[in-house]
Amino acid sequence: MALLEVDGLNLSIRGRHILKDVGFAIERGKVTGVVGESGSGKSLTALSIMQLLPHRSDLSGSIRFDGFDIAAASEREMCALRGDDIGMVFQEPMTALNPLKTVGEQVMEGIRLHTGATRKEARERAEAILEHVGLPPSQYALTRFPHELSGGQRQRVVIAMACALRPKLLIADEPTTALDVVVQARILDLLNMLVDENDMALMLISHDLGVVSDMADDIVIMRGGEIVEAGPAIPVLKNRTHPYTRQLAEASTHVPARDPDWRPADGEGKAVVSVSNLVCEYPGRRTGMFTREPPFRAVDDVSFDIGAGEIAGLVGESGCGKSTLGRSLLGLMQPSSGRIEFDGRDVTHPDSETRSEMVEFVQAVFQDPFASFNPRHKAGRLVAEPLFLRRELSAATKRDMALEALENVGMHASDLDKYAHEFSGGQRQRLAIARAVVNQPRLIIADEPVSALDVSIRAQVVDLIVELRERLDLAWLFISHDLSVVRSLCDTVMVMRSGRIVERGSAQQIHDNPREEYTRQLVAAAPDLEAVIARLGDEG
Amino acid sequence: MSWFIARRLLSLAVTLLLATVVIFAVLEIVPGDPARLMLGINATDDAVATLREQLGLNQPVLMRYLSWIAGMFQGDLGHSFTYGSPVAELIGERIVVSLPLALMALAISTAIAIPVGIYAASRRGSATDTAIMAVTQFGIAVPNFWFALLLVYFFAIFLRWVPAGGFAGWDEGIASGFRSLLLPAVALALPQAAILSRVARSAIIEVLGEDFIRTARAKGLTRRAALWRHALRNALIPVVTIMGLQFAFLLAGTIIIENVFYLPGLGRLVYQAITQHDLPVVQGTVLFLVGFVVVTNFLVDITYAWIDPRLRRRGR
Amino acid sequence: MTDPVMPHMEVGLAPETSLASRLLASRSFATGAIITAVIVAMALVSFGWTPYDVTKIVIADRLKSPSLSHWFGTDHFGRDIFSMIMVGARNSIAVALVAVGIGLAAGVPLGAWAAARRGLVDDALMRFNDLVFAFPSILSAVMITAIFGPGAVNAIIAIGIFNIPVFARVTRGAALSLWPREYVLAARVSGKGAARITVEHILPNIANLLIVQATIQFSLGILAEAGLSYLGLGAQPPMPSWGRMLFEAQTMMAIGPHMAIFPGLAIIVTVLGLNLMGDGLRDALDPRLRGKG
Repeated sequence: MALLEVDGLNLSIRGRHILKDVGFAIERGKVTGVVGESGSGKSLTALSIMQLLPHRSDLSGSIRFDGFDIAAASEREMCALRGDDIGMVFQEPMTALNPLKTVGEQVMEGIRLHTGATRKEARERAEAILEHVGLPPSQYALTRFPHELSGGQRQRVVIAMACALRPKLLIADEPTTALDVVVQARILDLLNMLVDENDMALMLISHDLGVVSDMADDIVIMRGGEIVEAGPAIPVLKNRTHPYTRQLAEASTHVPARDPDWRPADGEGKAVVSVSNLVCEYPGRRTGMFTREPPFRAVDDVSFDIGAGEIAGLVGESGCGKSTLGRSLLGLMQPSSGRIEFDGRDVTHPDSETRSEMVEFVQAVFQDPFASFNPRHKAGRLVAEPLFLRRELSAATKRDMALEALENVGMHASDLDKYAHEFSGGQRQRLAIARAVVNQPRLIIADEPVSALDVSIRAQVVDLIVELRERLDLAWLFISHDLSVVRSLCDTVMVMRSGRIVERGSAQQIHDNPREEYTRQLVAAAPDLEAVIARLGDEG
Repeated sequence: MSWFIARRLLSLAVTLLLATVVIFAVLEIVPGDPARLMLGINATDDAVATLREQLGLNQPVLMRYLSWIAGMFQGDLGHSFTYGSPVAELIGERIVVSLPLALMALAISTAIAIPVGIYAASRRGSATDTAIMAVTQFGIAVPNFWFALLLVYFFAIFLRWVPAGGFAGWDEGIASGFRSLLLPAVALALPQAAILSRVARSAIIEVLGEDFIRTARAKGLTRRAALWRHALRNALIPVVTIMGLQFAFLLAGTIIIENVFYLPGLGRLVYQAITQHDLPVVQGTVLFLVGFVVVTNFLVDITYAWIDPRLRRRGR
Repeated sequence: MTDPVMPHMEVGLAPETSLASRLLASRSFATGAIITAVIVAMALVSFGWTPYDVTKIVIADRLKSPSLSHWFGTDHFGRDIFSMIMVGARNSIAVALVAVGIGLAAGVPLGAWAAARRGLVDDALMRFNDLVFAFPSILSAVMITAIFGPGAVNAIIAIGIFNIPVFARVTRGAALSLWPREYVLAARVSGKGAARITVEHILPNIANLLIVQATIQFSLGILAEAGLSYLGLGAQPPMPSWGRMLFEAQTMMAIGPHMAIFPGLAIIVTVLGLNLMGDGLRDALDPRLRGKG
């Protein structure tokens, strides 16, 4: 008998039907990956098992855990189960811990609650488990508060809390989504280790087939509140018989089609942007009335060119300075020193005339498709915004240009009069791209433009970027934390770390043959579905 | 931590200094000659001139401001035009009524509001919660001096349990003093309790929606345990903020309530001084009250840092 | 970093279309709006008609209890209390409304300017706010009206001044949260300046918040005006005002408690109506707060 058997699970929240006849099983000591795009119901399935659903939830069906009927359990029985036999780890380590209590207190709390241990015993156990998850108390005292730890360290604390009593089942809901890729790899290793040691079952929930495929014994694929496919990982991934599974796998490893004959109009090799010795600093934190910490160098002596029609990738972990670099190119931030040239013209410290010409040269696409538009304006006005300085154009001409831009990104005239909230996330990102191309700039700086999108939509946007480069003769600076997208999309890749560009090369070279140790780490840490599938093929 | 306190103290001093300038400047542009106001319409010009000289009103503005400030550092806030006694002494006599009144009101308001807020938040959406919220909605709308009139009517005129007004002084015994202050304190406190309980309730509900509450529940804590052990302390910051504002409001609010109950407190002193153009008293009391507000804010900031370890490191 | 899973929430930025329907569905907004409408209507009607002349003294009718001919009874001069409440509503509403106007007109530009410029301007505004908030508002209002003379106009100024930092703070806070938004960045990339961005992108998107704050300040203004009139510093006789009616009732408590009850109820009902309206608005505008009261 399986450890967890879910059968015929139906869930409605405030009258909305969310889970439809969900059924699957989790075997003892095995890793079950649950994969789905946003809205697939994977997180609510986990919360159903924990019986931690939001108010006014209506749940029916059966959940049997180790022979115990969770669906019929009383709240008191559930409290005894949670944290003891079932542990749970959440997505956002930054908010998952109580900011006002020390790490030690929070780890000890569950131990004392379930075992009735004394403070001293609980502290010893807490120290042991924290040591085990990689936070030795000699280095990370139990009296630290959560804000004194990094995101990855906090996630280790949450894992320690969930695993302190060696649960039979650990549910991890997107445990690494909020973390950098190298940290992600380490947290996944930690989870693997805990599974092996304790003969614990792991329900690993993720939007990323790549993350799951490497670890999972079994895979459950969900979409729109239903189970699409469930079964042992190897056949599911290798055969990809179900069309949705195939679609997910293809989207995750998607490489956009390129026209091999396309050449930029200006010819290759001519730089549209040339950056030399660029330094960007933020003022240091105040330490006294008139004293400050030394300024923080977000971008530290960076030089590079982007050629006409080139798609240049800029990768790095959060806080490495990649967004600051992008913003300084957009004129949103004043560099402290160095030089930025557009088409050979110095725009480092633009006067108002240069600034208005920059609008014609460079445009931007940002990460969050939901925050990218003034909610009170219609698409026509939103897309035409970069034409604002061109007073010579009539309103009708601007509207025509907006329409042309919309058509360029695959949208229609009927979309002109819609508000941003009427579009889906993917459509909004198209809209953002339409706004960026409306005045036919030479360069678009895209800061994590696909990071907030589901994989299938991500693939479409990536295609659109290549297509527009060829049709409109555009160069792109594509900023991302995601090495796999960068590899499939970009011509060249720059790897950034602590404000410096540590390595630059063709996408192929960076991936297959990185020169720098740091690049090697990044490449090794990135989940690689393709490699897993290829390996499965070899095995046979 | 010490840097945090030092910075707060500095900001406190700056605010106080600016406040002295404002108070002085506002009273400088008051229409009318204080000397003439004191002596009455029929006084001779000579008498007025002599008094002006005595009061130092003929000195340049800056000099008068500086000497006011200098006096303040020696505890000398000048002499009242009408009472003739030192302003500091007058404030001292009156604060023993107003401060206990404000403290009593704050204690009553907190003692009611916090349990009510916790109760309503923990039973959010229930009939009790709805009823409590309706009562507080009503409580917020009640002007405290009207409520005071009703209390006087019911407890003093109708039931004759407590005096309708006046204050015999603490010499008559602590108990009788508190009896005189009870109705005014209740009148001040209840509308404030309505506000505070709503703040407490929504702060707790807000915190109950945080991720770390879910983490606590996933550890096996009951709803109740999660509320007591994780939510309450986190909900304290907005509650303490409002309590700080309320204390300042209560102390200043005595200006009306003391008029209803004929209490010889600070509010009545400043009110009479204002209507009689007794400038030194107005300046002194207003500055005293502003000082009180600023110090309260400072204590609130310190409390934040005590509650939240994240604030101990940096300024804001 | 990135978070493709959590649904995004547009707090306070919900589009107009659904707002109307959400407001209609809100019971507290509907109740509050009806109450406010009735009070405003009473005030307006009083310009043309009141059951009795509020300035006429009829000693024979003094201190009558509520009856069919005098719904709320009469005062110690024989004046009809219901009529006085109608006329008093004018005064309360006018004072509070203009005071809110002062707060909006001065506070919103100040707050928006500070958020757009940051740095010194912002520091100066915050310091100014700290300073104004250090003065207990009732005390200062009493000081201003007493010094510059009692009356409705000075009451408006006294209350209005304290609305300025409130609106400045709300505007600044909301504007600061919008400036890093990506649509503002996009506008900056399009070459728009701070003033234009403020008018086009910032203010329309914080208007909701300002409306909610305006209702709150309106109801606080009613209470403050009542307090000032009670101390004799508001509208002067023979113009009736709710606060002054309460003051006059105080000496009559033993023989005519109805003189105190009805003006007090008028204040409560008005403030309640405005608060309910404000709560309804806030809930409709901010989906996060729904059901939190």
